[in-house]
Amino acid sequence: MHFTINGQAHEAEVDIRTTLLDLCREHLGLTGSKKGCDHGQCGSCTMLVNGRRINSCLSLAVMHQDDEITTIEGLGTPDNLHPMQASFVRHDGYQCGYCTPGQICSAVGMLDEASKGWPSYVSGDLTSSDLDDEEISERMSGNLCRCAAYPNIVDAIREVAGNVPADRTADAKDSRSREEVGA
Amino acid sequence: MKTFTYAKADSADAATREIAAEGAKFIAGGTNLLDLMKLQIETPQKLVDISRLPLDQIEETDEGGLRIGALVPNSDLAADARVIDRYEVLSRALLAGASGQLRNKASTGGNLLQRTRCYYFYDTAMPCNKREPGAGCSAIGGYNRIMAVLGTSENCIATHPSDMAVAMRALDATILTQKDDGDRRRIAIDEFYRLPGDTPHIETVLEPGELITGVELPKLPEGTRQVYRKVRDRASYAFALVSVAGVVKVEDGKVAHARLAFGGLAHMPWRNPAVEQAILGKAPSDEAFAAAADALLADAKGQGSNDFKIPLMRRTLIATLRDLTKD
Repeated sequence: MHFTINGQAHEAEVDIRTTLLDLCREHLGLTGSKKGCDHGQCGSCTMLVNGRRINSCLSLAVMHQDDEITTIEGLGTPDNLHPMQASFVRHDGYQCGYCTPGQICSAVGMLDEASKGWPSYVSGDLTSSDLDDEEISERMSGNLCRCAAYPNIVDAIREVAGNVPADRTADAKDSRSREEVGA
Repeated sequence: MKTFTYAKADSADAATREIAAEGAKFIAGGTNLLDLMKLQIETPQKLVDISRLPLDQIEETDEGGLRIGALVPNSDLAADARVIDRYEVLSRALLAGASGQLRNKASTGGNLLQRTRCYYFYDTAMPCNKREPGAGCSAIGGYNRIMAVLGTSENCIATHPSDMAVAMRALDATILTQKDDGDRRRIAIDEFYRLPGDTPHIETVLEPGELITGVELPKLPEGTRQVYRKVRDRASYAFALVSVAGVVKVEDGKVAHARLAFGGLAHMPWRNPAVEQAILGKAPSDEAFAAAADALLADAKGQGSNDFKIPLMRRTLIATLRDLTKD
């Protein structure tokens, strides 16, 4: 089978049952995407396929030979972070970090959906999409965080979306925490 | 997961030929089928990949409705400007279901054919007539909080999990299919689903190997109001305990058009014309709405832990009818 992942061509001989997630993790050494529930409930395996976010654990690798696949490794590198990765760092949008690659891939896909004007369940008017906290939470409900880092995840995403209330920015939080420790 | 052979179909004709093999199943988005295959609840011997068939368009029909290709993803259908403008209840129902990732992959045809989320259907250590005909039903007398209260049988009390299908029933949708002899059928959604009876493993009137190619929505009367109201345990990403899809038009102070369909109540998206008759031609009032709820729930039967669904559905229907008819 042949695949295009993060712009690179790969060949792999894998069992027909192999999911897109297992292909990346077990056969191609791309272990950034995580296996949480393996049933499409937690979102930690989220990847972008032709730019759309999907649960890679619920998709067969054999069905993606003609697709452009992007994993967390393809979004950015430690030296050159994707803006969403940088924002998660700035806002401390994680605790243990296990759900983070899926959260970030999902958030990137979600902002693309919102930019196309796609509505959500909480959009009062289905033709507008102002990404307030309620909208971000609803659109990200397919990504669970067992550490419950949700407030900072929402802050990180809101900043990249360009919708940053003044009292909720990273800088404001930094200055609060500096005051709290007397710095 | 049990192993299987794999064939990718490049046309609907090829797909209906490939499906003739023993134990073959179609796969499109795969979000429900692969979940069930991992648990060995589904064990197809062959998968026929229909995901690249040219059935991903939404088109106008000559009659002023919409024809939705079976492979249109749930996300695209919910965001389509024509659907939002003319069939808002369908957008709302789709957006009430699953997560962004799942909606990006799940297809229109696959959503119609979702399997139940009954705990005992999923638990292969427990008897289930739907999974293993004749084995018995563990939900009857078991923990049955999410189970059905209408149309049940002594063999199965499972519910249909889809939100989309509830809206489609309120929209009088028609399912388009193709069989291996090239024969095409148009199946009204009112005729598409089956009650469990003594064959709960047979959920629709589709014949073996029959491929869903699309869904047609008829033109609605001008000026309807549409609501999808879903009651669930979490604010997001949870199946309905009960839900209602309503398409209602009030004219000169009287209800002139009413279509009401219900989720979480039965083995199929539920509709009972007597509910609509209770409000048609009447001025909107709580008395009329209560009569509609009486008609809906007259034969409802709780199973113990799901008894609460009956009063919950009653209140949800009345609240929804108030929404649909307020000035």
